[in-house]
Amino acid sequence: MSNPLDIDPAFTTEVLVRFLREELASAGFSRALVGLSGGIDSAVSLALAARAFGPDEVLGVMMPYRTSNPDSEAHARLVARELHVPTRRVDISAMVDGYLDQESVPSGMRRGNVMARMRMVVLYDLSEEWRGLVIGTSNKTEMLLGYSTLWGDSAHAVNPLGDLYKHQVYQLARHLEIPTEVVDKPPSADLFEGQTDEDELGFSYAEADRLLYPMIDERHTEDELVGSGFDRDFIRLVAGRIVRNQYKRVMPVIAKLSHRTINQDFRYLRDWKS
Amino acid sequence: MDLRLSIAQTNPVLGDISKNLEEHLRLARAAAADGADLVLFPELSLTGYFLRDQVFDLAMYLDAPELKPLLELSKAVSIVFGMAERHPDGRCFNSLVFLEDGEVLGVHRKVHLVSYGMFDESRDFAPGEEWNTIESRLGRFGLFLCEDLWHLGGQYVRILDRVDALLVASAGPGRGVGPQDGVQGFESLGTWRTLLSAAAMHSLSYVAWANRVGFEDGVAFSGGSALFGPDGRLRTTLDGLEEGELSVSLTSAELHRARQRTPLLRDGRPELVRRALGCAGSTGSADLGADTPAS
Repeated sequence: MSNPLDIDPAFTTEVLVRFLREELASAGFSRALVGLSGGIDSAVSLALAARAFGPDEVLGVMMPYRTSNPDSEAHARLVARELHVPTRRVDISAMVDGYLDQESVPSGMRRGNVMARMRMVVLYDLSEEWRGLVIGTSNKTEMLLGYSTLWGDSAHAVNPLGDLYKHQVYQLARHLEIPTEVVDKPPSADLFEGQTDEDELGFSYAEADRLLYPMIDERHTEDELVGSGFDRDFIRLVAGRIVRNQYKRVMPVIAKLSHRTINQDFRYLRDWKS
Repeated sequence: MDLRLSIAQTNPVLGDISKNLEEHLRLARAAAADGADLVLFPELSLTGYFLRDQVFDLAMYLDAPELKPLLELSKAVSIVFGMAERHPDGRCFNSLVFLEDGEVLGVHRKVHLVSYGMFDESRDFAPGEEWNTIESRLGRFGLFLCEDLWHLGGQYVRILDRVDALLVASAGPGRGVGPQDGVQGFESLGTWRTLLSAAAMHSLSYVAWANRVGFEDGVAFSGGSALFGPDGRLRTTLDGLEEGELSVSLTSAELHRARQRTPLLRDGRPELVRRALGCAGSTGSADLGADTPAS
């Protein structure tokens, strides 16, 4: 049976490769860097960037913390090796612990967020040295659910995956021949031992995608979704997450005082030229 | 009407008129050297599409000195291109301009501005107010800008005017990357082909479509520029995502053959339409049978 989320992966790849080339060229760049977690999203972003700019023009950056799962780095290296992309390893343990110890940050979400933001600091610093732009790895499913760290993994210059649900990222990964070890393992932010995205969210990406597509892309109402067989509590749980996390998907709000305010009535694309 | 048409599928640089103008001149010169009589560019080909506040910065009068080189070149080849047009009363229009023999022969100002979903044209442009047919030395042309073709009114007026060809200029964003039977490209491109083909069949005229390519803030323009014959069949098309040019022939003989085979223009009943529109406003069809005088 056909799945309404299915994409044509070859054509999608062609669009995304051109997107990367043209949007970076528009900003005056032809080199890129990708933070590699060892997971499927960053593997797909890296593969697209390697096709867009050539493997030598792309840097894969691994940023392990001392408690990170060693498989994460091994998988990141495997992906980069298969794509012939150079890598850089920056251990973030000292910089993270320097802050965590000084401020006695308790374990859990706060520590995870600090790690994600330290990785952002590293990537943006290396982007200067590499003279390239940071390519995003956030997909539409996690962006809608708000499953990201604001100004952490959500910080990047351009994002080829932001309009692809997780299901579609899997399709793209198979088309791009990402190693099966990476494609088949349970998605994890690897911020603490044994963490998986789906445990933390309380539902699977496949379940989320099945609901998100009619809810967001087709704009079905709650009653229509219940009529299609979705559980009302699940619909409300997901809808609540989407609304609650809107702030992560937009720039900070600005108090309007003048007659012409940035992003309100001062309206230009980022690709603005004159 | 017997002419050689060049359709230019360009990738305008957002906001860079001098660079885009250079590209227009280069392509029009090359088309002329190749024997073209007319060259058709996409919507807002001189400025780029998502202009927002740049409309005010970039809009020009039709007699702007920047357009002089294009006007000069139009002595060798007629040129249809898109620009943000400034009007003396302060309005700006999304315009398609027809240059011929060193003059502005005509201008079509987009009538159906698109302001839903990802579009917000009505915020920056004023809508055009007429469907004028261009009487060129090459033939009779109906000009359309993208959304204009989705409304039947403009097509119908041009059908009544017996145009030889509809020249359609677009900046159509690609949407939908689902798998399609046997073809590769955005799903929205298939929708466009259906629409263009139907327009050719209804009007029994050629339909030429120039749609741009490239990206603006992540939005891909879908290309696929094409020519449809007066039988509605797709004659030739460009690959979706690349810049390129199509060179095609349009002939009176073919138009006449198509119109003889299917005499829709002969059999049209515009007086019924006029009566319905005259008496019933927006719900005209309900009153088609009523005994009311034609307005």
